[in-house]
Amino acid sequence: MSERIYVFKRFERFWHWAQAGLIMFLMLTAFDIHGTYTIFGFEKAVAYHTVAAWSLIGLWVFAIFWHFTTGEWKQYIPTTEKVLAMVHYYSVGIFRNEPHPFKLTQLRKHNPLQRLAYLGIMLFVGPLIWVTGVLYLFYGDWARLGLGNLSLEWVANGHIAGAFMMLAFLIAHVYLITAGHTPTAHLKAMITGWEEVD
Amino acid sequence: MGNALIARVALLLCCASWFAAGPALAEEAKAEAKPLKLTTTADHTKFKQLQKVFDSGPEVTKACLECHTEAAGQIHRTKHWKWEYLNPETKQTLGKKTVINNFCISIASNYASCTSCHVGYGWKDASFDFKSEENVDCLACHDTTGNYKKPPGFAGNPVTKDTEFPPGSGKIIKGIDLAKIAQKVGKTSRDTCGACHFNGGGGDGVKHGDMDTSLAAPTKDVDVHMDAEGLDFTCGTCHSASSHDVAGSRYTPTAKDDKGARIRGKADKGNPATCVACHDNAPHKKVARLNQHATKIACQTCHIPTYARGGVATKMTWDWSTAGKRDAEGKHIVKKDAKGRIIYESRKGDFTLAENVKPEYAWFNGQVNYTLVTDKIEKSDQRTPINRMGGSASDGKSMIWPMKVFRGSQPYDAVNKTLVTPHTAGNDDTGYWKNLDWDKAITVGMKDSGHPYSGKMEFLKTEMSWPITHMVAPKEKALGCVECHSKDGRLAGIQGIYIPVRDNNKLLDTIGWAIVFLTILGVVGHGAIRIVSSRKH
Repeated sequence: MSERIYVFKRFERFWHWAQAGLIMFLMLTAFDIHGTYTIFGFEKAVAYHTVAAWSLIGLWVFAIFWHFTTGEWKQYIPTTEKVLAMVHYYSVGIFRNEPHPFKLTQLRKHNPLQRLAYLGIMLFVGPLIWVTGVLYLFYGDWARLGLGNLSLEWVANGHIAGAFMMLAFLIAHVYLITAGHTPTAHLKAMITGWEEVD
Repeated sequence: MGNALIARVALLLCCASWFAAGPALAEEAKAEAKPLKLTTTADHTKFKQLQKVFDSGPEVTKACLECHTEAAGQIHRTKHWKWEYLNPETKQTLGKKTVINNFCISIASNYASCTSCHVGYGWKDASFDFKSEENVDCLACHDTTGNYKKPPGFAGNPVTKDTEFPPGSGKIIKGIDLAKIAQKVGKTSRDTCGACHFNGGGGDGVKHGDMDTSLAAPTKDVDVHMDAEGLDFTCGTCHSASSHDVAGSRYTPTAKDDKGARIRGKADKGNPATCVACHDNAPHKKVARLNQHATKIACQTCHIPTYARGGVATKMTWDWSTAGKRDAEGKHIVKKDAKGRIIYESRKGDFTLAENVKPEYAWFNGQVNYTLVTDKIEKSDQRTPINRMGGSASDGKSMIWPMKVFRGSQPYDAVNKTLVTPHTAGNDDTGYWKNLDWDKAITVGMKDSGHPYSGKMEFLKTEMSWPITHMVAPKEKALGCVECHSKDGRLAGIQGIYIPVRDNNKLLDTIGWAIVFLTILGVVGHGAIRIVSSRKH
């Protein structure tokens, strides 16, 4: 017998998919700029990357506002409860067809490992990319802003390191979509808002 | 000399064809018709002083000075006249009279040939009177007919009667009518400046690379400002002159101009010939990032993608050490390439030429130190710089500049360890170009320049840098980002700055891709085990 829970509200789904699209486009242009391959070429890739970055910043302003006004930010408070159970599930249980140890509710829609991962992205990788990216954009104004001692090389390398971490996260994240109660449960939830639970 | 003469004829033909095409000048061809629009308030054909036969240049100048009483005195204060310049920063005495280059080397003892480009008459040796007013040549710069010529070998004098030159050669230089030229004087033009500056180094485009006869009437692609059918700038539009002193200098160039656009009323002693003087320091209206680039990169670096773009090749190397060969009959040899360009001459050695050349790039702060005939040089594997270009990433005064670097080997005094000033041009017993005898040529040349010569000569490898600043391309043809933002791009050799992509950190890339690869390996492995185990259950 399964029940359905409304986990992702309309704005949240819009935020997620818009962000997903922008991040993937940013990745595509990022490694074009980096010289890994040539799709748009450096010049156009920089222009597109910049526009996509400002769009994502705009989206984040709305998302942050939404998280605080709705109290949804609490979804990301880290917890140690059931962390080991989740680790056990992903490393052993999932292969033995054991039940998912985490019961999601509207108030706890991320499992404890998700919470930790998303918090890590939002508190570490995200800021690393944003701070270095914005500094990069305003390189010409460093002297005027009193940042003359900053090293472009460090800022650039920080930005590139962040990009690699984000890419690794993206790969794992896309895979873990299939690791819900059923392989498509998470995907359906993020599209329709409703997740089926046991 | 042959080289220079060919170039001059080419220049004349080039100008003539351009003039023929211009509607304004077709008008002028009808002798009586009044020009529709005079750019001057004086019609010099009406002046009695100019309605006579002139047998020499100084006679014309005397007539000019009757009205333009201060003109000669103004000229006397300029580099164009003195060929001498004291660099206020390095305290080096420079100017054509003194410096040595790695083209035709130096003017000492070669005056009669070299001074065909002097704004004066009669500078045939070191005794030339620099105070003479009548020896100032007004026509060299103010001719508008294109007929005024000062053939090499006449010490800067025009030839007014048909003359055999060199004597006994059977070659006749036709005399020109100075009165006709004097009655048509006007403002300077690309042709008047170009008669010398396009032909520096002894021929069309030889020296600079960014200046040759293609600039007499350039297309927009060759020079966006001088575009004959567009903006039609003359040299003087940028190199504006005050009291006959023309702005701009190869000895003290303005490498970084942060003074913004020049506007009327603004007290300013800056160089009016810089890009910034008109375009300001933030000329890129659409992409602010380009203005950031312009704080470290000279405009020329991106906006002059290649030089020698007008179809005239420029010399890239000159090896004097191979000069002196003779054919089986003991005659001078001239070799040409498939395009008919001279690549070897007995009297000069081997050359290489090139068109559409990508510049080399260097930090440049405007300070140029010359290696003079008095400077001691230790021979080494390194090329000796004829002019040392100052600059670095960190001095706050440098920009990244495009350069033509001209490389060659030239005679050197092996005992005194100095460059030498050989006597090359001249129809005499010691001129190298006639006799191919270095010992005589250097002995006479060094005596003329007043420096000791040990009698033992070798060849020294040298290089000379020429900042590239002309032949500005239309903006659509400016360099794209990847020209520098790539591995082995144009700025591959520039030290002291981080250039994204060029300076990607290899270790970071390795670690980054390793993490990405391990993540992919992890999810693929995890997924595979899930699929296998789900089948079991």
